[in-house]
Amino acid sequence: MMPQRSLRMRKTVDRAVKAISALSALAGLGALVWILYTVVIRGFRSFNLAFFTQLPTPPGVGGGGLANAIVGTLLITVHATLIAVPIGIGAGVYLAEFGRGTKIAKLVQFITNVLIGVPSIIVGVFIYILLVVPFHTFSGIAGASSLAVIMLPVVVRTTEDMLTLVPDQLRESALALGAPHWQVTLKVVFRSAQSGLITGVLLAVARVSGETAPLLFTALNSPYWLHSMKEPLANLTVTIFNYAMSPYTDWQQKAWGASLLIMFGVLALTITARLLLRQRGEHQ
Amino acid sequence: MSSWLTSETIAIKSTSHTAARLPGGDRLFRGLTLAAALSVPLLMLGILATLIYGSRLSLREFGFGFLTSLQWNPVTEKFGALSSIYGTVVSTLLALLIAVPMGLVIALFLVELAPPKVSAFFGGAIELLAAVPSIIYGMWGLFVMAPWMANHVQPWLGESLGFLPLFQGPPMGIGILTAGIILALMILPYISSVARDVFGMVPTALKESAYGLGATNWEVTRGVTLRYALQGLVGAGFLGLGRALGETMAVTFVIGNNHRISASLFAAGNTIASTLANEFTEASEPLYLSSLVELGLALFVITVIFQTLALLWLNRLKSSGSQR
Repeated sequence: MMPQRSLRMRKTVDRAVKAISALSALAGLGALVWILYTVVIRGFRSFNLAFFTQLPTPPGVGGGGLANAIVGTLLITVHATLIAVPIGIGAGVYLAEFGRGTKIAKLVQFITNVLIGVPSIIVGVFIYILLVVPFHTFSGIAGASSLAVIMLPVVVRTTEDMLTLVPDQLRESALALGAPHWQVTLKVVFRSAQSGLITGVLLAVARVSGETAPLLFTALNSPYWLHSMKEPLANLTVTIFNYAMSPYTDWQQKAWGASLLIMFGVLALTITARLLLRQRGEHQ
Repeated sequence: MSSWLTSETIAIKSTSHTAARLPGGDRLFRGLTLAAALSVPLLMLGILATLIYGSRLSLREFGFGFLTSLQWNPVTEKFGALSSIYGTVVSTLLALLIAVPMGLVIALFLVELAPPKVSAFFGGAIELLAAVPSIIYGMWGLFVMAPWMANHVQPWLGESLGFLPLFQGPPMGIGILTAGIILALMILPYISSVARDVFGMVPTALKESAYGLGATNWEVTRGVTLRYALQGLVGAGFLGLGRALGETMAVTFVIGNNHRISASLFAAGNTIASTLANEFTEASEPLYLSSLVELGLALFVITVIFQTLALLWLNRLKSSGSQR
């Protein structure tokens, strides 16, 4: 039982709590807005044509850009997506279509959720031992593989979620027409879940494109144009880490530019994904 | 769910109609997707096996003493994880201490107090902030937060609470305290968005009946919403914990990478993840590298345990919730 108190007292407490919670909400959001503001203001200063088109320069030389790192980050992300998305969607199909309710499916579901929580730097160590040590070189392929490992469970989970949303009546009517299950999946279920699947992939790409830790000792970094995916590959996030930790102000300035670029890319992907999902909601 | 056709019934159907060709296609497709699904547990086992294999030198050399030794000396090749474990635990606790109450209050504000339009706007903004990569938090921590801590916050803390050993020592800006605060900011959007979902699950009828009895907003929150959502919030806290334990970039920038344990939160320290990020590519000796991998193994085991506990807890809640 609540203690008996006067109405005025209760209302005062209520108002005080409201004020405190609104203030802390503002404080928390304020700090986060402060972060975004700093990145935008400082990052924008280093944007110019050279930043996007030229190779990095040694500290103190001035000029130069991060063109190789921009291309490298795109390449690593695309390769990771090509590895992780087919496997992830396949696994999601098994969980939502063939294996639904079975013990194997439940186990895979559970482990998928655990894998999502494994720190990304651990994945870096794993790929280092698996792909860097045996070939005696850091490589773009190793970097892409580590990002693929991080993407995989995310794609599995979103695929399963999106396929489960498709009503069973749709599957049953197609099956009743005599279509085999694999055709039902590819031609009916996938079509119905299309925008959801795309959203899932976009969110997974957004999640890995800002990753730094797993690339530190897989893709490493490089000041040169890439020649092949079998060599150390320049990328934006490791460049941010190296440049920001360096004592040179011109490198630090470039690190802010790279941060803004990465942040912009990740937010654009996330917003696109959310808009797609909302559109889908309106159609139905 | 009950009307769902299992693959067996489909197989029976198609054999009775169009003979052998169709089940063949289905069998192939099913096999392929099953293989894809099994790649997930295989990956998990693969990571565990690889980390154990990679740390075999260190496991043999130091045994269980690795976890309790304070030494970390690449020159004499004596390695121990204690300072890294200490830094990981302390920075994570600090982060949770700040982020959990704040995340809860933000979620309460969004669900219970703010008008729907304000709530939708802030809610969307928070979801976006959860997507900002951790290296951005690290950059900001190093160049904005650390100087601010050194010039304003730490001198003030030293003056007012300096009698506690926690707040003694030179205000360098970089150290465990700053790392904990950055970590808190980083997991704040995550915790508040999970908490918002949990609060959203409290049945409206329950709240309305409390309002109907004349309870104020705060009384409903304390007596109904928080009580109903408590278990879900514990699960959310565990998930946040797992995330903070393994967070690398946001911490590495500001913790100072020092293998010593100090009573003061102002002192530089290290976490398992930050040590891996800083030293892995420099480790040229096999035993050094192997010790780093063993650090990784320890972190992997810890996070898997916490993640498993959190998921089991949340799953149990969900199934008991659906029976209600």
